[in-house]
Amino acid sequence: MQFTRFIRSSSCAFIAGLVVAAAAHAQPAPAASAAPVAPVAPVADMVGRKDAPLYVALGGQAGLTGLVDDLLERLMLDRRTRPFFQNVDAPDFKHKLVMQLCDISGGPCKTVNANMKKTHAGQDIRRSDFNALVEVLQETMSARDIAFSDQNQLLARLAPMHRDIVNTH
Amino acid sequence: MFSTARRLALGAAASLLAGAVGTAFAQTPASALGGATSDGAAAATAPASSQDKPSLFGGRGKLLLTSGVSSIDGAAGGGLSPWAVIASYAEEGETGATAHLSQLKTDNYRLTTAGVALGVNDRFEVSFAQQRFDANVVAPNATLRLDIVGMKLRLLGDAVLDSDTWLPQLAAGAEFKHVEPGSAVGAVLDSVSAKRSGVDLYLSATKLFLAQGVLVNGTLRLTKANQNGLLGFGSSDNNSYRLKPEVSVAWLLQRDIVIGAEYRAKPDNLAFAGAPYRESAWKDLFVAWAPSKRLSLTAAWVDLGNVVGHSRETGPYVSAQLGF
Repeated sequence: MQFTRFIRSSSCAFIAGLVVAAAAHAQPAPAASAAPVAPVAPVADMVGRKDAPLYVALGGQAGLTGLVDDLLERLMLDRRTRPFFQNVDAPDFKHKLVMQLCDISGGPCKTVNANMKKTHAGQDIRRSDFNALVEVLQETMSARDIAFSDQNQLLARLAPMHRDIVNTH
Repeated sequence: MFSTARRLALGAAASLLAGAVGTAFAQTPASALGGATSDGAAAATAPASSQDKPSLFGGRGKLLLTSGVSSIDGAAGGGLSPWAVIASYAEEGETGATAHLSQLKTDNYRLTTAGVALGVNDRFEVSFAQQRFDANVVAPNATLRLDIVGMKLRLLGDAVLDSDTWLPQLAAGAEFKHVEPGSAVGAVLDSVSAKRSGVDLYLSATKLFLAQGVLVNGTLRLTKANQNGLLGFGSSDNNSYRLKPEVSVAWLLQRDIVIGAEYRAKPDNLAFAGAPYRESAWKDLFVAWAPSKRLSLTAAWVDLGNVVGHSRETGPYVSAQLGF
């Protein structure tokens, strides 16, 4: 009798938890906040789409270019991240990052799959370093009035890269 | 003066803590210990690393609010339940601590909790908490004191950054509890054979669904505690462990504000003694605000259900947590 009760109450709680999790996961992505669609010539192949909601929310090509400009500036100012970025070739880095963000947000850019492990192998990167970059990126996006839900959607696509980028434990 | 159980618990906690801290520092990355790198490169081309060497203490590598708040039992998580997150903002390779002070005021009772928690390497957590429960409505000068030593070990997973999988962060923990009920309530406990000490064991699974900004936690707790331990452990009617579920759901509204709800099922070992001693599940609705990594404030509305003869004890809860 007690056993049946415990099975029932535990199952109910777990099912409730799973239902909530499933509902949260299944929700259509919140509509990207209104942002002017930057008039942009499609870059390289038209694999993505220039009206992809997250790409639009980030401001399209012009928005991403401005975002990456701001981001690198902040990364150089933050003492946690400066050591990792002070020696990068800025124009090359910015171009590559804009293309990657365009691709990852569903925009019309096709990037060659960068090997994250290789490009970061020359640096000792800990989890706290990765999180510091996330925080600077969050600050950059907030300063550019990108909605919190859109920020989280971009972060959700970028976060799994920690497995290849964090190499020091 | 100290009961054997309490001494054992504190001894276990101390040795486990020493072991964990030792392990944690053994894993400090080589680059932090003076820059000598394995590839023997000249100093000019040594791999870049953060100017912050892993601090001996006060690590703040975690993202805001991702270590939860302090639960009433002292473990990191929600207000009522321990989550799989490890206390403090200390990330891998770091050590950090929190201290908290909380108060719950229902119609007839007041519960004050204070505690500290230590987080090591985002892997191991130890906490010490003391609850004082004002039961004057039951007997004059009846203040129950509940001491809790908690330990938690993160087993696997990453609640925040593994956003491409359903795999949650998983942790196992124990809460060693001892109650000093005072003479009036003590007599009640003796009459139902409720013990003064007990251990809760639990398994927690926590996941932040990053794209949606929703965190979900499920906890399974093996316990004999009556009213979380305030009325002792077990009874003459039931002295076996019960497996009880707990669920928390939280929505990140902004980077520094989260709202949520919790549900915590509990055993009902004293129901045989009469309706006043029946237990209910605990529930709450909460909002937490973290203006910085140094401070977080939580406010909640809590429903304790039936507490010793008062059938619907509800009321406000406030908590402040400092991060070191």
